Amino acid sequence: MNAAPHSGLRPDLAIIAENIDDNARVLDVGCGDGALLAALKQKSDMDLRGLEINPANVATAVARGLSVVQGDADTDLGYYPNASFDYAILSQTLQTTHRPDLILAELLRIAGRAFVSFPNFAHWRIRLSLAVGGRMPVTKLIPERWYDTPNIHHLTVDDFRALVKERGWTVEKRWFLNKGRETNPANANLFAEHAVFLLRG
Amino acid sequence: MDAQAQHDNGLFGLDRHISLPGPLQLDGGASLSPVDYAYETYGTLNDDRSNAILICHALTGDQYVASNHPVTGKLGWWTRLVGEGLPVDPARHFIICINVLGSCMGSSGPISINSATQEKWGMDFPVITIADMVRAQAMLLDHFGIDRLHAVIGGSMGGMQALSWPSLLPDRVESAVIIASTARHSAQNIAFHEVGRQAIMADPRWQGGAYYQSDPPSAGLAVARMAAHITYLSEAGLTEKFGRQLQERDSKTFGFDADFQIESYLRHQGISFVERFDANSYLYITRAMDYFDLAEDHGGVLANAFAKCRNTRFCVISFDTDWLYPTEESRHIVHALNAAGAPTSFVELSSPFGHDAFLLDVPEMNRIIDGFLRAGKA
Repeated sequence: MNAAPHSGLRPDLAIIAENIDDNARVLDVGCGDGALLAALKQKSDMDLRGLEINPANVATAVARGLSVVQGDADTDLGYYPNASFDYAILSQTLQTTHRPDLILAELLRIAGRAFVSFPNFAHWRIRLSLAVGGRMPVTKLIPERWYDTPNIHHLTVDDFRALVKERGWTVEKRWFLNKGRETNPANANLFAEHAVFLLRG
Repeated sequence: MDAQAQHDNGLFGLDRHISLPGPLQLDGGASLSPVDYAYETYGTLNDDRSNAILICHALTGDQYVASNHPVTGKLGWWTRLVGEGLPVDPARHFIICINVLGSCMGSSGPISINSATQEKWGMDFPVITIADMVRAQAMLLDHFGIDRLHAVIGGSMGGMQALSWPSLLPDRVESAVIIASTARHSAQNIAFHEVGRQAIMADPRWQGGAYYQSDPPSAGLAVARMAAHITYLSEAGLTEKFGRQLQERDSKTFGFDADFQIESYLRHQGISFVERFDANSYLYITRAMDYFDLAEDHGGVLANAFAKCRNTRFCVISFDTDWLYPTEESRHIVHALNAAGAPTSFVELSSPFGHDAFLLDVPEMNRIIDGFLRAGKA
């Protein structure tokens, strides 16, 4: 992976940035302070939009000159018309939504393709932590404790694949990350800390 | 400013007045001719006329956005946003603020002269709408030779104009900033305005609006202002500022003086308002706001009002304690803009000051507007 042009980005965002066509129409759902959108804006002339729940993040993104709307993925995606974007992006957000399955369906209604990245709850270190420690794992990627975590729907790589299959969606590409570096897709459910999928409806 | 004024034959600068022949076709069916304007400009229009920003004022605002008010002597009403080194900066922008149609600070309205009778219009002035205000502004910009605005910015009723501009004239607006505003007046909004209007019309001095040769209906207008002023503040803000504190006394008087500080404050607001505002103007402008429903002309679907706005950038800002035009109204606008595919930014800011927050010190608002305006520049 050549992350040079997006070296400041979180690894999953760098992968997404690398794989978006120029001049695309992009909706970043849960865009945070707009880091990915800002990188895409530098890359080429795209139609970029963001949706973010945290007002301080929205203010920062808008002050950066980005078109970002304060709102909730669980309730606000319905206001976007069908096929109005080429790509929808959901990075590190799926596990925080109330109905991840409905959110994914909405993304694929609004956009032709969807990038989805999430931490893999079946990584061996998490399994070990739960199996041996008997406590809900707290790791670098999932740093919150069970009672204050926004991650209300933890999932594994295999869970995600099963849902995609069940709904009849297509995985166009996928990337797996370990310690911020791309890793071998073999046994990803056990060895990947983080996954990035590119879906088509 | 003098050099600029000379350069433009006195068209630009502080405290300008002009009368254009019109006619201005009004939504109500009448037409206005001539059309009087009172306005101010700040900064210099650049060679390709691409740096113009129109500031739209609220119900009781005026053209003195960044210079001292001639009647009250107070600082311009939006000097927190407009000025050197601020997001709207005369060093970079050509800033225009026009007294709104129907108002009483020099533009056509009930106290301006009806050319047919050579007397003040009074209640013969035609009932106007927010769209009429916008078309009047566009007519003046035509006269300035400004085809396209870099931005139109407004709070409250100014926001209604800023929202109507791209809807009515999509090719003439690059970006619109709509603060603490709404796309339609709700039943509650209309209700509060009706209380104000009834207070004015119940004042015997109102005389059907024909009071210009005698005393104005100051008592009625003051009550209208008092009622409206409550809607501009938050309950928490009122409690924090006044609570149940008594006004310069140790105990209740068991009478009807202003025992409480909040009473004294409201009375002061009412009394100082009548010094600078005309009661008939208050009737006309509140009516225009009550008639405002941007979706109405588009089959009731707000998104259709923005169907041609894909090339206009929107920035919508609301305040969490604003109960006059609550955040839900801004969200309603934002959802419609998203549905129409217009590039949109939206933030709900936190402030204890209620609806009036947009006029007060909210650094976050300035940061957002600055970034939004700069993003429009290549």
